[in-house]
Amino acid sequence: MRVNLTVNGRPQTADDVWEGESLLYVLRERLGLPGSKNACEQGECGSCTVRLDGVPVCACLVAAGQAHEREVLTVEGLADHARQRAADRPATHDTPAPPPDTPEPAPGTDLAAARSWQASPADPANSELAPIQQAFLDAGAVQCGFCTPGLLVAADELLERTSEPSDEDIREALAGNLCRCTGYEAIMDAVRLAAARASQGG
Amino acid sequence: MDFLRPTTWGEALAAKAEHPSAVPIAGGTDVMVEINFDHRRPAHLIDLTRVADLYTWEVGDERVRLGAAVPYTRIMTHLRAELPGLALAAHTVGSPQIRNRGSVGGNLGAASPAGDCHPALLAAGAEVEAESVRGTRLIPIDDFFTGVKRSALEPDELIRAVRITRATGPQQFAKVGTRNAMVIAVCAFGLALHPEQRRVGTGIGSAAPTPVRARTAEEFLAAALADADLWASGEPLPQGLVREFAELAAGACNPIDDVRGTAAYRRHAVAVLARRTLGWAWESYRDQIGSTEGGAPRCA
Amino acid sequence: MGATRIPASLTQASQARGGVGESTPRPDGTLKVTGDFAYASDLWHEDMLWGHTLRSPHAYAEIRSVDLSQALRVPGVYAVLTHADLPAATHYGLEIADQPVLARDVVRCHGEPVAVVAADHPETARRAAARIVVDYRELTPITDEASALAPDAPVLHPGRTDAHAAHVPHPNVVHRQPITRGDVAAARVRADIVVSGDYEIGMQDQAFLGPESGLAVPAADGGVDLYVATQWLHSDLRQLAPVLGLPEDKVRMTLSGVGGAFGGREDLSMQAHACLLALHTGKPVKMVYNRFESFFGHVHRHPARLHYEHGASRDGVIQYLTCRIVLDGGAYASASPAVVGNAASLGAGPYAIDNVDIEALALYTNNPPCGAMRGFGAVQACFAYESQMDKLAAALGLHPVELRRRNALSQGAAMPTGQVVDSPAPVAELLRRVRAMPMPPERQWVTADEAGETIDVRALPGGRAGTTHGEGVVRGVGYAVGVKNVGFSEGFDDYSTARVRLQVVAGEPVAAVHTAMAEVGQGGVTVHAQIARTELGVAEVTIHPADTRIGSAGSTSASRQTYVTGGAIRHACELVRERVFDLGRARFGSHHPAWATAELLLEGGKVVTDGGEALADLADVLGDEVIDVEREWRHRPTEALDPHTGQGFGHVQYSFAAHRAVVEVDTELGLVKVVELACAQDVGKALNPLSVTGQIQGGSTQGLGLALLEEIVVADGKVRNPSFTDYLIPTIVDTPSIPVDVLELADPHAPYGLRGVGEAPTLSATPAIVAAIRAATGLPLRRVPVRPEHLTGT
Repeated sequence: MRVNLTVNGRPQTADDVWEGESLLYVLRERLGLPGSKNACEQGECGSCTVRLDGVPVCACLVAAGQAHEREVLTVEGLADHARQRAADRPATHDTPAPPPDTPEPAPGTDLAAARSWQASPADPANSELAPIQQAFLDAGAVQCGFCTPGLLVAADELLERTSEPSDEDIREALAGNLCRCTGYEAIMDAVRLAAARASQGG
Repeated sequence: MDFLRPTTWGEALAAKAEHPSAVPIAGGTDVMVEINFDHRRPAHLIDLTRVADLYTWEVGDERVRLGAAVPYTRIMTHLRAELPGLALAAHTVGSPQIRNRGSVGGNLGAASPAGDCHPALLAAGAEVEAESVRGTRLIPIDDFFTGVKRSALEPDELIRAVRITRATGPQQFAKVGTRNAMVIAVCAFGLALHPEQRRVGTGIGSAAPTPVRARTAEEFLAAALADADLWASGEPLPQGLVREFAELAAGACNPIDDVRGTAAYRRHAVAVLARRTLGWAWESYRDQIGSTEGGAPRCA
Repeated sequence: MGATRIPASLTQASQARGGVGESTPRPDGTLKVTGDFAYASDLWHEDMLWGHTLRSPHAYAEIRSVDLSQALRVPGVYAVLTHADLPAATHYGLEIADQPVLARDVVRCHGEPVAVVAADHPETARRAAARIVVDYRELTPITDEASALAPDAPVLHPGRTDAHAAHVPHPNVVHRQPITRGDVAAARVRADIVVSGDYEIGMQDQAFLGPESGLAVPAADGGVDLYVATQWLHSDLRQLAPVLGLPEDKVRMTLSGVGGAFGGREDLSMQAHACLLALHTGKPVKMVYNRFESFFGHVHRHPARLHYEHGASRDGVIQYLTCRIVLDGGAYASASPAVVGNAASLGAGPYAIDNVDIEALALYTNNPPCGAMRGFGAVQACFAYESQMDKLAAALGLHPVELRRRNALSQGAAMPTGQVVDSPAPVAELLRRVRAMPMPPERQWVTADEAGETIDVRALPGGRAGTTHGEGVVRGVGYAVGVKNVGFSEGFDDYSTARVRLQVVAGEPVAAVHTAMAEVGQGGVTVHAQIARTELGVAEVTIHPADTRIGSAGSTSASRQTYVTGGAIRHACELVRERVFDLGRARFGSHHPAWATAELLLEGGKVVTDGGEALADLADVLGDEVIDVEREWRHRPTEALDPHTGQGFGHVQYSFAAHRAVVEVDTELGLVKVVELACAQDVGKALNPLSVTGQIQGGSTQGLGLALLEEIVVADGKVRNPSFTDYLIPTIVDTPSIPVDVLELADPHAPYGLRGVGEAPTLSATPAIVAAIRAATGLPLRRVPVRPEHLTGT
């Protein structure tokens, strides 16, 4: 079947989708957006967390057909989303349509890109990142990084609705996102840091 | 596999009538796991997420008619006053992501003995609004669960809504899991005080082949409260009474040993939960009728 | 609830130059937060196929026949391979090649691979695999020591020729290591107090989040390129090439992004299968395990049964120890011999005990294969000896920390192997530090104001599930300390290879570092760049992707990479530096006498004297020259342990950590909330303090998981909970605050004085938590994970 959806503000079409496929598979294998991770495929780890019409969900539990004509935000669109939010505009409306000749993205990561994964040195003043992404880097909240995309989407959504979350609030909001490397302390620090920077107008 | 996308309730019912083996999917929190892990390959999936009616609720004088697909997050946020037991239960489901998608209708459709909503529905009193092209029928929640993951739904029926009795007294829900989030209940207990009816409702999860009420415990407690006129006086409950209620609740269990827990533990834990939830509910009730000073601690 | 705050440790953004000792950011960090980092499961290739594995549903069975005909007929299927299709070697293994690539006439464990399929879509591959008909005859599985060593027990691996076969008491014992020292019989007479106990450890899983995955691309030269998530490229290569029947230079491996490892990627998983399918079909083949399959795709932590006996004099000095440690290695050897060596040599813990009699062994059974997991061998022993310490302290009427202090190992003391500890061993100091940390406040779930008390159930055992408002809740505090070896031991040639190239790019000196080190999340790439900056005084460092075009870096395990590959990089940098100075002397020596007379350094992109005088810009010295050095580097050698007495210089370094756990137990329901898990660890030198803290907190949390949650439940050889629904790892609401106190006492034998960090915190977290639960409940608790049943007598 064909699935039309908007991902990170861009209209996308996936063809020949098997009816049992998940939104996660479509994003990763058909639309060239492998940022959302496939760690459990049963809604028990949160690594595939995306926002579906603004709501955080596990993309592995959304049937591809259910995302038809819906809006999806993934980690790849998080920085744009944060910029738009900062500009105090509705995140999902003013997005300009991409030029009609935009090339089809390759599904997945090609090997040339895979070989050069260290290319980008960390830049503390990297304005291309959403505040929550920068905070994860600064706080040491990233180790293997497999949980990171889902955590970022969930944490960003928390801070969007709760500007000064308590520690218990942070823990509750991130209770659906497993991390096996950090012991969560640095993740707590990262969310506290992003919240504090936002409240200080930084 | 065919993916059917009805946009109205009528279309959904027609699809189910045409394909009785079709699997309805809304939040996908059960169905997609089965598909992802190759446990299920239905010929048809009926996507209910475009049927807007299923995402609404109506609060009546005596009942809340809760659309089958209303996500748990909405119940927690919007129906805490009307359905406090269900709201507490909804808050123990999975994770925020799951609560944003999962719904009472899905929980009922799966009919797992471990479904988190079921004890709260049993305790509060509810009817499942099942509909097919043949018509609508109301299935009392007490008759809904017929076996492990089996329900009274006919193959051509879909759950339209659940009609749940509005709380007139305190309700409690507690669930034992070995982890503090994303955990399937080892056992769970729901309790509702119905002061106007001078009745107590209960529900037990994960401790029998189906969710069950502890009827003997309910009847014992109702009789004991009536005998001592405690509904009116709001006196503290005698310890012996609470203990016997707890033991009767444990007696209603018919649990098994599995990887999540032993049968003996489940019986024991249900007794503890029954005792504690009754204590908390009764303290709240005493607060309500103004018979205490200072009051019970509030729960954030 | 209070307002959020900026964590104090994060307010001082480092302006320094990113060398050793600083918390420099990860070079892969930006890609990881934008979703652009390419994990093995993210790879894609034009025309690629999907591989799928058919696995045994039985723990032990004879294969009578396999019928592929129906599977081959499924449209979209390109290949279905079984044992009969293997072109060359049919078995592989880390140390002992006892594991079939695909089962031939017998399956020895639940989940053993029997056939592999390549198809155009994962669903096609799954449907085809479901049509393979395997006729099994089930056999009675060996599941424990009694059934493995019974007189009529089947020998699971007949005709063994491995190095351990000659020393084992039974062919179903993979390896056995005794250690005897002193005179236990005489010491027993002197002991006033004797405590003994039987302890049991459940089977823990690494549960890394990125399941096994890789992409194999057939090459025009008949070889194959494999992009894979692994812990040790060259160990994979050594096992893989013979299976493919190819010379090693035709099997080119590149590390792709690794979603955690923790020991679970030390063995091969899908590597051989994907390459075989790719070579057979002539098409790229991607294999990605799902979570269910991942539980069968890698080895687990050895479950163990341990019997310990300690005798002490009334003054609290331990006179002797005897213990017997039985590890279940499961169906294949994997790392079992090394696990046995660690369990034996570290079995006494960080205590000076003159008289010991230790026996450790690993069994072959039909349970899931077990091998490397963070802290292996030492984790199992630590739970037992620390449980014993608490028991002994209670018997002597001493505080648990005081008993440990009186027996604590220190520099100059001997281990049971006779090895004298020749660098700092601050066991007593670590315990003193965790004990001195402030205690978390009591009853944190209660907030009181004018209107009364408010309870936040999230701060109580059971959390949001609302099982208590404080009823039945009792606090307990427990302590534990542990010792782990760093690096590969017992005479293993443990080396790493580093290539460092220095040249001028766009006017700036740039260093490039190339190793085969597997970055699995630990931050090795960060530290490597820091070392190059420190040693070469440059700002720009490029880290080359890890592959097999350079020599082995050894495994990312045993807490060894910063030590060994870090050491190799430092060594290569030193040689580069000497070449720079030679070049400078040749070019500018006549300009300044200091070139000949002073101690020279590279700092801030310049050649400077030790007096701080700048002699030349590094870019000017280099000009168009490219200095390129590749070297192997070894730590000092270790020795094999004597097979009978266990004596020998077995380990290159020891690492120590101590924990204090504060728990609250709902004593009626048996639910536990860990309130705080404080850790003190000696790291020698923190090359990157933020990374070190992250390792300690992450390791501690895996120890918490073993204490309370994590166990692969096996019944009659079959795994009963292979999913994240029933194998539960700690979530953020199960994990407490983990304050860390890092001690830096340099090891004079190690680069920068560093001490391997990753594993030690995983050891003592578990017994500290269990000790705290014992303190709260008074229960003996001899098994982990502790379940509600154990706390409620149900």
